[in-house]
Amino acid sequence: MTWIRKDLLGLEELNREELELILSTAESFKEVSSREIKKVPALRGKTVVNLFYEPSTRTRVSFEVAAKRLSADVINIATETSSVKKGETLIDTGKNIEALKADIIVMRHNASGAAAMLARNLNISVVNAGDGWHEHPTQALLDIFTLKEKLGRIEGLNVSIVGDIAHSRVARSNIWGLLKLGAKVTLCAPKILIPAAIEDMGVAVTNDIEEALAKADAVNVLRMQFERDGETAFPRQLEYFKQFGITAERLKKAKKNIIVMHPGPVNRGIEISSEVADGANSVILEQVTNGIAVRMAVLFLVAQAQDKLANITKDEPSLS
Amino acid sequence: MKILIKNGHVIDPINNLDEVRDILVEGSKISMVEKNINVDADKIIEAEGKIVMPGCVDMHVHLREPGREDKETICSATKAALHGGVTTLLAMPNTDPAIDSLENIKLLKDAIAKSAKANVFICAAITKFRQGKELVDVAGLKQDGAVAISDDGASVDSDELMLEALRSAQEAKIPVICHSEDKKLSDSGVVNLGFTSTRLGLKGISKESEYKRVARDIGLAEKTGAAIHIAHISCKESLDIIARAKKKGVKVTCETAPHYFTFNEEMVLGFDTNFKMNPPLRSKEDVAAIKEGLANGIIDVIASDHAPHTENEKEIEFERAEFGVTGLETELAVAITELIGAGILSWSKLIEKMAINPSRILGIDKGGLGIGKDADIAIVSPEKEWIAKKENFLSKSKNSSFINKTLRGFVEYTICQGKVNKWNS
Repeated sequence: MTWIRKDLLGLEELNREELELILSTAESFKEVSSREIKKVPALRGKTVVNLFYEPSTRTRVSFEVAAKRLSADVINIATETSSVKKGETLIDTGKNIEALKADIIVMRHNASGAAAMLARNLNISVVNAGDGWHEHPTQALLDIFTLKEKLGRIEGLNVSIVGDIAHSRVARSNIWGLLKLGAKVTLCAPKILIPAAIEDMGVAVTNDIEEALAKADAVNVLRMQFERDGETAFPRQLEYFKQFGITAERLKKAKKNIIVMHPGPVNRGIEISSEVADGANSVILEQVTNGIAVRMAVLFLVAQAQDKLANITKDEPSLS
Repeated sequence: MKILIKNGHVIDPINNLDEVRDILVEGSKISMVEKNINVDADKIIEAEGKIVMPGCVDMHVHLREPGREDKETICSATKAALHGGVTTLLAMPNTDPAIDSLENIKLLKDAIAKSAKANVFICAAITKFRQGKELVDVAGLKQDGAVAISDDGASVDSDELMLEALRSAQEAKIPVICHSEDKKLSDSGVVNLGFTSTRLGLKGISKESEYKRVARDIGLAEKTGAAIHIAHISCKESLDIIARAKKKGVKVTCETAPHYFTFNEEMVLGFDTNFKMNPPLRSKEDVAAIKEGLANGIIDVIASDHAPHTENEKEIEFERAEFGVTGLETELAVAITELIGAGILSWSKLIEKMAINPSRILGIDKGGLGIGKDADIAIVSPEKEWIAKKENFLSKSKNSSFINKTLRGFVEYTICQGKVNKWNS
């Protein structure tokens, strides 16, 4: 299996072999972070641009650390400091970055599909670091990587995702990834936060948290955002916690070794109690550590695909 | 100037003609339709093996002039129309300024007289500035040349005002074209609400936002006796409501656009904004229902909803891109490919929907090839395949859903008011 994609835009378009390739590549990169000198030369001479149109600390830093551990040069562009505010189009911004001879753009954008749009207009690689409500592929990959590390497999696992599914790119990427690798996925949220026809993705849906936890080998708890530009969201934080919050008491009725994941940042006392977030079942900090390995793998694979594509063009006889 | 069209298969449903005939055009009019016409003509067009039909009448076109000449002009749109076999079009009033006053109608009429290459009829607004607040002078606008009224792009939200508009329209004997959409229900959606919107993480536009407003508009029309025409039907529920109303005798007609019988919502899955339009592409079942509605006659008209936009307005983030696609240059070929090819419509039924019915609804003397009528004729190679190439479009804008699609049925000639245009690509 070789990776041939210039970009990583989402998990929906990947097949099982591609997902497994990223996970196994991440496994070999994980060891780098435990070395005394945490660096390999895999991307030496490559430039990675973090282009972030939404505030993000953890994802941006994770990508930056990953790129640096691969010896790439990293440039961070945040909207406040760029010409984006002057009305430059996304494609123009991308083409300017390409003209700087950067190799990979890692982009976070608030519009669904922005990464796909940019990728089809550029020759350099685009890695989606979250686009609107659409996908956040590296987050799902690190969730799946952590799950596999803990339980040894994904096939046949019961994974529940709890929270604001409607507005969650993390949920969508997790659903695609988990289903392709053979897990069973259950979504749990108040009805207004379950998007239309999501059952057609091949998931079960419930509004009962106890039911969602009963058979689960793992639960992925999404961050709740109660303020959302004029949108009807779930009314009260406390009410949400009462009905859907992950508490020690609720975990008592679940499998003893249930894995508790959260993409962060955690709202303690809103979607999860502190006791659970810091407890024995929680793998929240391990997710952060694994995020580095997964992102190293993704950057490495798309860069390698770029080099391959470049060689193919070079080998072709010139027509002119 | 005499032009003789020889040996073409003439299809002219108004005159019950579906046979090989010659047509003689003198000046801007048709002067003879006979077998084997023998006259000295200035120009002879050999049409053996080709379909000779009335030029299409597209009753839903956005010219963009006045106001957005960067997207399209009267000149470029009418050239595009001829390129697609369309000889007559209805200009929608959502320009800048909107066509909501005698003064603005005059402005548009002057511009049309100056630069139109095809026949252009005017649809005036229902309300001032198309804001849904104050009714226009319906009778006055009709007198000054409007053949229909519409706030296209928006629906008149107020029931009272819409009722008033329909009463005035009924008195003035002018049809009302309804953009039936309840924006409170469609919210700020950008694609069909359902699995597609969920998959893409985009806001959905529900079918309710369309069919509930269709039902309201029909209800008010029934009350007033006004003739209404529902624009761009995209879903099954709307058709069911219209079918019931027609049975009851309500004066309602409706149209769909080629993209609604060709594509379903899955075309949007790559975030290609050339499939972003309002109403949005719907489900497979809706596409099937639209085809059925065309076959059983519930849908009276095929119109393009030609909506040109610049690349800067289209090749951007999906949710920010403008709604709408161009269609003048592909609609006839798409209809031939999708409807005649699949046995859904016969040629004469197709001509009814693309020339005769729109003319009847608008009360204009078009859509037939009778003697003494305007020489508005399309000559089509029915089996010839061609690829819709961006660079061959004459429209100023290139936002077509059919780019690089292979279509069947090539418009070889378009004759408009006796003026011949020959097309090579």
